[in-house]
Amino acid sequence: MAEPAIVVEDLHKNFGALEVLKGISLQANEHDVVSILGSSGSGKSTLLRCINLLETPTSGRVFVHGELIKMRARRGRDAVPEDQKQVDRIRAKLAMVFQQFNLWSHMTVMQNVIEAPIHVLKLPKNEAMERAKAVLERVGVYDRKDYYPAHLSGGQMQRAAIARALAMEPELMLFDEPTSALDPELVGEVLRVIRSLAEEGRTMLVVTHEMGFAREVSSRVMFLHQGRVEEDGPPEQVFDKPKSERFRQFMSGMLK
Amino acid sequence: MDVAAIIDNLPLYFKGLGITLSLVSGALVCGMVLAIPIGLLASVRNPLIWALPKAYIYLFTGTPLLVQMYIIYYGTGQFEALRESFLWPVLKEAYWCALIAFALNTAAYTAEILRGAIEQTYYGEIEAARSVGMSKATIYRRIILPSAFRRALPAYGNEVIFMLHGSALAGIITIVDLFGAARIVNSRYFVPFESFITAGFFYLCVTFLIVWGFKLWEKRWHAHLRPRDTDAAQKVGKLPVSKPG
Repeated sequence: MAEPAIVVEDLHKNFGALEVLKGISLQANEHDVVSILGSSGSGKSTLLRCINLLETPTSGRVFVHGELIKMRARRGRDAVPEDQKQVDRIRAKLAMVFQQFNLWSHMTVMQNVIEAPIHVLKLPKNEAMERAKAVLERVGVYDRKDYYPAHLSGGQMQRAAIARALAMEPELMLFDEPTSALDPELVGEVLRVIRSLAEEGRTMLVVTHEMGFAREVSSRVMFLHQGRVEEDGPPEQVFDKPKSERFRQFMSGMLK
Repeated sequence: MDVAAIIDNLPLYFKGLGITLSLVSGALVCGMVLAIPIGLLASVRNPLIWALPKAYIYLFTGTPLLVQMYIIYYGTGQFEALRESFLWPVLKEAYWCALIAFALNTAAYTAEILRGAIEQTYYGEIEAARSVGMSKATIYRRIILPSAFRRALPAYGNEVIFMLHGSALAGIITIVDLFGAARIVNSRYFVPFESFITAGFFYLCVTFLIVWGFKLWEKRWHAHLRPRDTDAAQKVGKLPVSKPG
């Protein structure tokens, strides 16, 4: 059996006195699409950000394809990465898509997409351009390749950001509320792209509020509440026979 | 109005203009070379790192350029050790003293402009760069500095103009720059109005060119900030025009 794409063991994260993650474990195998649900403040974004070390976990272990991200514990403070080179190397395999897109505003769409392949993966420019063309066509914004981010709609920006992530040919994609900053009529175009990526068998962790998406597309659903996992299972099980009262409340809140 | 005195001395003014331009451009180049590391270090969130560059900025933006230039030109000559050192051939020349003073001064202002621009970088863009595995050095080189330079451009344009105008101080330590030329014409013919207004006219012309140059530069570098209806992405830069989908 192949190594799981990602394993998180007993992850804790404190912001000062506030304990945001209280021991989270999760495992995603290849081709898994895990939706992470939870109300605001439940720690779902923090969990995602701890996986690629945009936040350093206070304690806990993260394995990417069996490789442990080495951390050095420090008394009374957050751990720090033992080896920044390892972190950078692993991050290059974990592409993240942000709620606020975070495209580099001084670069055109094309420049955004070729930037990391050239300067991190060290691809020659023409190869990076070919790759960029393919992924931009894939998400449907190739015709906007010479536009700056500020000249795009939110949906186009997010699709360009997905293209930027895809250009790294990542082993695992992390989506941090990818549609939460979009106008309602633009959500669909972005979800369609993410769904098509799921269908081609990519491994993804998706923090989302889109219940329909979570139910139809994901192979597993996790529900976080106050820094703990309250539900974890296939969508049918979680949505139809939830074990936790919290999740029932959350769902009824969503349906209002 | 003694126009003849001015016309006769136009070659002197043009010579002065040459000195002014060489002083200012030399100071700007040296100043920029100093300002980039100083501004960068001043923006780092670690007191051990920012203390020194910030002290430098405070010192040189907190004292008049004239005082700085006097200290370098007149002040250093007071010390025998300096007069006998290898630095003396440089420090005894008014031109080099002015250049050093201007460079150190503009370096401080430019560093401060850069520090502000670096600190304003939208944090999400830095996170995006970290998330794809860019090293710190690459993030500075490819993301933070290019966007900071763009943000700093308008303020830097002002700094260049201030430097040009500040350079007139060179005229009072025997250098025949534009202002020095005007002083000479005035003392020879006693035509203060004509001589200085001519210098002012030259400064105006150079300022005009600087403003115009920065406008072009901003057009190129700020394409990403302009409204979409100008179709900035297509008109500016070398990228080909794409057909709207």
